[in-house]
Amino acid sequence: MNKLLLWFNQTGSPARFDAFAQRWSTPSFVVALVLMAIGIYGALLAVPADYKQGDSFRILYIHVPAAWMSLMIFVIMAVQSAIALIWRIKICELIAMASAPIGAVFTAITLISGAVWGKPTWGTWWTWDPRLTSELVLLFLYLGVIGLYNAIDDRRAAGRAAAFLAIIGVVNVPIVHFAVTWWNTLHQGETIRLIGPSKMDSSMIWPLLVLALATKLWYIGSVLVRTRVLNLQQESQKQWVLDRYGESA
Amino acid sequence: MRELRALLSRDLGLMWQKRSDAAQPMLFALMVCVMFPLAMGSEPARLAQSASAVIWVAHLLAGMLVLDNLYRSDFEDGSLEQLLLAPVPLPMVIASKVAVHWLTTALPLLVLTPLLAQLLFLPAHLLPILMLSLLIGSLLMSLIGAIVAALTLGIRRSGLLLALMALPMYVPVLVFGAGSVWSAGQGLPWLGAIYLMCAGLVLLTVLAPWAAASALRLALS
Repeated sequence: MNKLLLWFNQTGSPARFDAFAQRWSTPSFVVALVLMAIGIYGALLAVPADYKQGDSFRILYIHVPAAWMSLMIFVIMAVQSAIALIWRIKICELIAMASAPIGAVFTAITLISGAVWGKPTWGTWWTWDPRLTSELVLLFLYLGVIGLYNAIDDRRAAGRAAAFLAIIGVVNVPIVHFAVTWWNTLHQGETIRLIGPSKMDSSMIWPLLVLALATKLWYIGSVLVRTRVLNLQQESQKQWVLDRYGESA
Repeated sequence: MRELRALLSRDLGLMWQKRSDAAQPMLFALMVCVMFPLAMGSEPARLAQSASAVIWVAHLLAGMLVLDNLYRSDFEDGSLEQLLLAPVPLPMVIASKVAVHWLTTALPLLVLTPLLAQLLFLPAHLLPILMLSLLIGSLLMSLIGAIVAALTLGIRRSGLLLALMALPMYVPVLVFGAGSVWSAGQGLPWLGAIYLMCAGLVLLTVLAPWAAASALRLALS
């Protein structure tokens, strides 16, 4: 077996994953916080104000990384769910379930920051733009996965059912997006678009990239901690948990 | 084939014994459609404008409320587990269950739709389009619902959770279905949305029983 495959196999065991998560979660959080501090400094102070939108465009530096995360986490969740259902790797199931609340919060941040940005820029808190609508549906899908996972008593059965729902959800997201795009282009003449980051000036883009990296590291730290907790809860009767944490309990 | 016929006649027989239950989604949809004029005012022009949307939402909600019945009674008396063990492909069993469920819950609603359309002053030339979009849409919703309902079988009180899970999945169906009637009302081409729904129906007729079967196995394992 080659080294990388061996590493994945070993880290997939609950005991090894626990040690791995314990070791790497704090560094990820620390680096994420440092990057966030730099990014927020850049976004709020260093970068000049937009000539059209003034200072309100600075919300973008929170909004866009959060939006990227909300989609990325859903895809990660679905991929982990697929791995969990096909190869029955328990840690993947837990990673998928630990990702759901983080993704839901990123989605909520996206929606709220978008509304706050929309009020001065578009003059309205909400519009039924395709991207807004599909983001809202994404939030419901996250909540569905979380709700299903919490509703079933047997943790393994809950994990499998919620993983299945996550996979259906990831199929549904593009369909919803195209449905609403199609429906809206039929509906209304004017199209309101979010500003594409590619159209940004290079002097304005660096805090965005720093914050995008920071949110990814934050997610890694967060998912490691959450998965570790879920893992320890489910393995609490196992010998390795008693060996490692028995005396402190 | 013989098993399929036996299954269909069993399910239809069971439904016939509880035939008063079939009236419930109809009553519910009727109630929803009655609530709207009471809330919005009874001005015919305004009602006509929103009639197709109201009828679509009423169908969607009524269909969602009866979704839990799809497997619940078979699950509770244990016959679902026997069906899982039976030497019949599970997707076929589910396809027949969905068919019976659609016949007994969605079809009565479709029959009721012209009455609802009259109540809400839907323009007469839109009624055939509304019926067509509802026909395809209700089939789509039954098939999607079969997957989602299978996942919640292990939960005793699944009503609200089922809504949370099913409604996001229904969004495209609603958008295309209600959208087709809306655009027909504006004099725009509406067949495109119907074609897309048909394409979805073909896809889901093949995939949904299979997906629901694996969801059911997950829920009952």
